[in-house]
Amino acid sequence: MHIEVAVEGPYTVIRLAGEVDMHYSPRVRDEILKYLNGRCNVLVDLSGVDYMDSSGIATLVEGLQLARSMDLRFGLVGVHGPVRQVLELARLDHVFAIHDSVEDRLRSDRHN
Amino acid sequence: MSAPAPVPHEAAEIVIEVSDLCVSYGRHEVLHDVHLQVRRGEIMVVMGGSGSGKSTLLRALLGLQSPSRGCIRLLGQDITRLGEHAMHELRTRMGVAFQGGALFNSMTVGDNILLPLREHTRLDENTMRIMMRMKLALVGLSGCEDLMPAQLSGGMIKRAALARAIVMDPPLLFFDEPSAGLDPVASAQLDRLILKLRRALNMTIVVVTHELESAFAIADRITVLDRGRVLFTGTPDALRRSEDRRIQDLLQRRADIAPVDPEVYLDKLTGAPPDA
Ligand SMILES: Nc1ncnc2c1ncn2[C@@H]1O[C@H](COP(=O)(O)OP(=O)(O)OP(=O)(O)O)[C@@H](O)[C@H]1O
Ligand SMILES: [Mg+2]
Repeated sequence: MHIEVAVEGPYTVIRLAGEVDMHYSPRVRDEILKYLNGRCNVLVDLSGVDYMDSSGIATLVEGLQLARSMDLRFGLVGVHGPVRQVLELARLDHVFAIHDSVEDRLRSDRHN
Repeated sequence: MSAPAPVPHEAAEIVIEVSDLCVSYGRHEVLHDVHLQVRRGEIMVVMGGSGSGKSTLLRALLGLQSPSRGCIRLLGQDITRLGEHAMHELRTRMGVAFQGGALFNSMTVGDNILLPLREHTRLDENTMRIMMRMKLALVGLSGCEDLMPAQLSGGMIKRAALARAIVMDPPLLFFDEPSAGLDPVASAQLDRLILKLRRALNMTIVVVTHELESAFAIADRITVLDRGRVLFTGTPDALRRSEDRRIQDLLQRRADIAPVDPEVYLDKLTGAPPDA
């Protein structure tokens, strides 16, 4: 598991790579909560994630919950393959704002 | 990256391998030379008459019943040679829902489901609670977390037990009689749920069931046990085409002891010797 953080426009982009399982999701959680608590809008880029278990998904739900309570933006990009399937299984694919890429998200923000 | 294929590829790795398995209770051997191979992502249904050894096979797979002979490999590890600690670790990767359901009656449904997470992980309480609610939603029990098991119906208890079995996202899931005692609608729902779990989480699932309809709905392959021996292993189609009389009996739900010849049956009842 690997985490990289970059700022793109109004977002802090947290890029995850590898497998997000019960062992690593606490690290992902720390990272997401850290930026939200620092009042940053957060995008989580999952394009490098080839496996995510439900602790990872629950962590994303926590991020969304906290972002909403703080009136911050929180979204996912690069959702694909097994991660998408797990989100669909949990019926969360319509709960999160999901875009193909960061550029895609920025473009869509400009139109709204 | 593509999604896992719905029907497991022939080349998927074997994650459950049982060979020459014999299991005895005391001196009474109830499983004889059982062979079984299950590949990753496969749904294997075990069928057979009452007392044929289905639950015993499941208990052996879980390491709860030591074989008198033979070998059981799960996820590449020979469980008959594993130490206490390694077996404990392996069990965290096996979800189990038993015949009786078995929730702890003294705890809420939510706490029952949280139990494996609290025992085996160091996740934050908030994360665990979201995971618990996700699994409850998955089995159609949203909002039931604060109920006590005594407040649930039989079908709801089954689903809660399933939620607990999958809360750790185990790669292996074992299920004894999931649909027993459920109405047809609830039973079909459970079948769809099992298929969904396999598709989304690529779980390997072993289901023991009496319900033919359910078996045909979910199985990639079916193993039929008959008095402790494997009578058949193959696809549902191959099972339907089988000409073995015992298989035909099973498919037509005829009891093993069903009398074929009324005269012979009468003799059995009256104790009269044949041809007297
Ligand atoms: N704890 C036990 N002690 C002794 N004999 C047992 C025990 N459990 C099962 N048996 C015997 O082993 C045989 C197989 O039982 P098992 O419970 O595996 O059957 P089953 O196929 O699961 O049956 P059912 O469909 O009724 O659940 C039966 O003859 C049963 O009487
Ligand atoms: Mg049984």
